[in-house]
Amino acid sequence: MVDPVTASRLQFALTTIVHIVFPVMSMGLAPFLVYFTWKEVRTGAALYERLRRFWTKIFAVSFAVGTVTGLVLEFEFGTNFAAFSTAAGELFGGPLAAEGMMAFFLEATFLGIFVFGRERVSDRLYFLSSVLVGLGTWLSAVWILIANSWMQTPRGFEMATKNGHPVVLLTDPIAAYANPRFPWMFVHMQNAAVLTVSLFMVGVAAYHVYRRRHLGVVDGGNFDGRFWRATLKVAVVGLVITAPFQVVHGDAYGRHVAETQPQKFAAMEAVWETDSYVPEYIVAFPTSVEDLTDPRAKELFGIGIPGGASWLASGGDASAEITGLNEFEGSPPVAIVFWSFRAMVAMGFWFVLLAFWAAYRWYSGELYEDRLLQKALMASGLLGFLGVELGWIVTEVGRQPWVIQGVMKTTAGVSPGLTGTEATLTLAGFAVGYLALLSVYAYVVGRIVRRGPSGERPDYDDLPEEPDGARVLTGVSGDD
Amino acid sequence: MIETVAHPRALVPAVVRFGVDLADLWFGVVFAFLAVFLFLDGWDFGVGAIFATRESDHEREQCLAAIGPFWDGNEVWLVVFGGALFAAFPPAYAALFSRHYLLLFGVLGALVLRGLAPEFYEQREDATWKRWWGRAFVVGSVGAPFLLGVFAGNWLLGATGVPLASVVVGLAVVALNVAAGAAFLRLKTTGPLAEAMPRYGTRAAAAYLALVVVALGLLALRHGLLDALLAIPSLALVVTSVVLCACYVVALRDDRRYLALGAAGGTTGALVALVGVLLYPAVDPRTGLTVEQAIVGSPAVELLTVAAALLLPLVATYFAVVYSVFSGPIEVEEAY
Repeated sequence: MVDPVTASRLQFALTTIVHIVFPVMSMGLAPFLVYFTWKEVRTGAALYERLRRFWTKIFAVSFAVGTVTGLVLEFEFGTNFAAFSTAAGELFGGPLAAEGMMAFFLEATFLGIFVFGRERVSDRLYFLSSVLVGLGTWLSAVWILIANSWMQTPRGFEMATKNGHPVVLLTDPIAAYANPRFPWMFVHMQNAAVLTVSLFMVGVAAYHVYRRRHLGVVDGGNFDGRFWRATLKVAVVGLVITAPFQVVHGDAYGRHVAETQPQKFAAMEAVWETDSYVPEYIVAFPTSVEDLTDPRAKELFGIGIPGGASWLASGGDASAEITGLNEFEGSPPVAIVFWSFRAMVAMGFWFVLLAFWAAYRWYSGELYEDRLLQKALMASGLLGFLGVELGWIVTEVGRQPWVIQGVMKTTAGVSPGLTGTEATLTLAGFAVGYLALLSVYAYVVGRIVRRGPSGERPDYDDLPEEPDGARVLTGVSGDD
Repeated sequence: MIETVAHPRALVPAVVRFGVDLADLWFGVVFAFLAVFLFLDGWDFGVGAIFATRESDHEREQCLAAIGPFWDGNEVWLVVFGGALFAAFPPAYAALFSRHYLLLFGVLGALVLRGLAPEFYEQREDATWKRWWGRAFVVGSVGAPFLLGVFAGNWLLGATGVPLASVVVGLAVVALNVAAGAAFLRLKTTGPLAEAMPRYGTRAAAAYLALVVVALGLLALRHGLLDALLAIPSLALVVTSVVLCACYVVALRDDRRYLALGAAGGTTGALVALVGVLLYPAVDPRTGLTVEQAIVGSPAVELLTVAAALLLPLVATYFAVVYSVFSGPIEVEEAY
C-alpha cells in the first residue's frame, strides 16, 4: 500500500508525463497542417493534398488520445488534490474553464470539418478550419500555462479563511494571469512542440528516403519518393528555425528562473551552500555510496566549469552569488532535477548541430545522399518528446515541495479523505492502462508511418521538378 | 459549517449584477453544461450501445461514421462542466470529486475506451482487431453514462456508497441515451439501420420511464424526498418528462426526426433540471455547502461570467457550423 500523498504525486506525474506527448504532437503539427492546407488550396497540387491527408491522420489519433488523457488531469485536481482545489480554485479554476470554453471547443468542433469535411465545404472554409484547429491547440496551451505559471510565480492574490479552510482570494486578475513566468513558459513550450514535431517528421522522412535510396527497398511498388523528400525538406526548415531559438531562449529562461525561483535553480545546479564563483557541473555524484539515494547528499564530486553556474545565472558575471538549497525550507529531489536539466540541455545542443548539418547538406545538394546524416535524423526522431518530458520534470519536480511556490506545499494539497487503498488502486490502474495506451498509440502511429500515404501515387506533373536535380520519379528510374 | 472570518472579503456578500445573483446563475450554468453534455454526447453513447446489437460490418461502420465528426466536440461539454464547477464552486468540486474517487476514475476509464475505440477501430482491416475495439467502444459507451448517472444520484443524495437509487438513475441515463442515439441514427443514417430505429427508440423510452418511476419511488420512500418531489417545480419537471417521452415515441412513429431528437433533448434537460432543483440551495448536501458559501468571490465570479457571456455564443456558432456542414445522412466513406 502506497500512502495517499505519495501515490497521488506519482499518479499525477505519470498522467501528465503520458498526456503531454499528445498535445505536443497536435500543437507541433498545427503550423505544418496549416501550411499544407494553404498550399493545397492555393495550388491544387496533389503533393500538398497528400501531405495534408497523411499528417492529419496522425493529428486526429493524437487529438483523440489527448482529449481523454487531458480530461483525466482536470478531474485529478478534484479527486487527488481536493485541498489544493479548495484553496486555489478561485484563481486556478477560471483558466481551466476558460480553456474549455475558448480553446477546446474551437479545436474539437472544427477538427470534425478538417478531418471529415473536405468534400462538403468550400476551400475557404476548409482552410479556415485548419487555422481554427491550430489556433485552438495553441489557445489551450495559453490557458493551461497561465494556470501552471501562476503556481510557479504566484501574484495578484491574498490569503484568507473561508468556510474554515485557507483560501487564495483573487485581488488583481491581470497580475495573477499575466504573471512573470507565463511568457517564458509559453514561448519555450510552443517552440519545443514545433521542434519536437519537426524532429519526428524529419526522422520519419529520413527513414523512408534512406531505405529506398541506400537499401533499395521496394515495398508494394507504391513508394512515394517525392512525398517523403518534400516532408524531409519541410521538416528541416522547421528544425533550422526552432532548434537554435530553443537554446538561446532556454538560456535566458534559466536566468529568469534563477531570479524568480532560486530554490529550483539551486536544485538544477546542485548548489547547497550559498556561494560565489559556483561551478557549472557537467556531472556530479555524491562522494559516499550511502548518499546515492539521498536527495540531500551534500558532499558532491563534480567535474565542472569554474564559475560557470554563476556566469549563467547572472548573465556574464562569474563571481555572482547563487543562493544554496540550505537557505530554503525543504528541497526537491536534487538528483532528478540536476540530471534532467543536463540531459535536456545536451539534447538542445544536439538538435542545433543536427539542424546546421542538415541545412549544410541541403545547401550542398547532398541532403538525400548523406547516409550518416539520415541515420542521425532517424535516431533523433523521438528525442524531442524526451526533451519535453525532461523539461517538464525540471519545472515540476524542481518546484517541490511547493504546489504553489512559497504559498502551499504539495503534501498539504492532497485530498484529506483519500485512502491509501484507493490511491494505490488507481495508480496501479494507470500504470497498466497507460502503458497499454501508449503501446497501442505507438503501434498505430508507427503503422501509419510505415505504410506511408494511402491511395494511388499521383504523377506530380502539376509541380515543377525539384531544383536540386533529384529526378521526379517515373516508376522506371532506379532513383526511387 | 462554522464561518471563520479572517479577512473582510472572506465573508462574501451575494454578488448581484443586473438583478441576477451570480451564485444562483452559476449553479444554473453548471447544470446546463451537464445537461448539454448528457444530451449531445449522450446520443454518441446511445449509438455505442446500439452498435453492440448490430451484426453487420456495414451497419457498424454507419454507426461510427454518424458520430465521427461530432463526438469530440460533444465531449468537451464534460470538460467545461468540470471546469465551470471548479471555477465557480471550488470547495464543492473538491468535496464531490474526492468523495467519488473510484467512481470518477471509472467514468474516465470508460471515456478513454470510448474515445480511443472509434479512432483505432478504423486502423486495421483485421477481424480480431475490430472485434476488440468494437467491444471497447461498447463498454465505454454504456459504462460512461451509467457511472455518470450513479454520480448524479450520489451527488443529489449526498451518499458515499452506492445506494440502489443511484444505480437506477444510472440505468435510466443509459436508457435515455439509447433513445437519443436512436433518434440521432434515424436522422444520420439510411437503410435497414435507420429503419430499425423507431423500434429501439420506443423500447428505450418505455424503459426510461419505468426506471424513472422506480428511482422517484426510492427517492421518496427511502431517502425522504417525498415532500421535495411534491413541490411545484419538481412535479412540473416530472410531468414534462412524461409528456416529452410520449412526444418522442409519437414523433419517431410519424418519422418527424428532428422533433424526436428534440424531445429526447428536452427529456434530458428535465432530468438534469430535476437534480438541480432537488439540490438547491445546496451545491453539496453532504458537506452542507450552499451556493452562497461555495461560490468564488468577486472579481473572480464576474470575470467568469463575462468570459462565459462572450464565449458561449461563439461556441454555439461553432456547433451550428459543424452540424450544418454535416447535415443529413452521413455516408460511410474514407474519412481521411
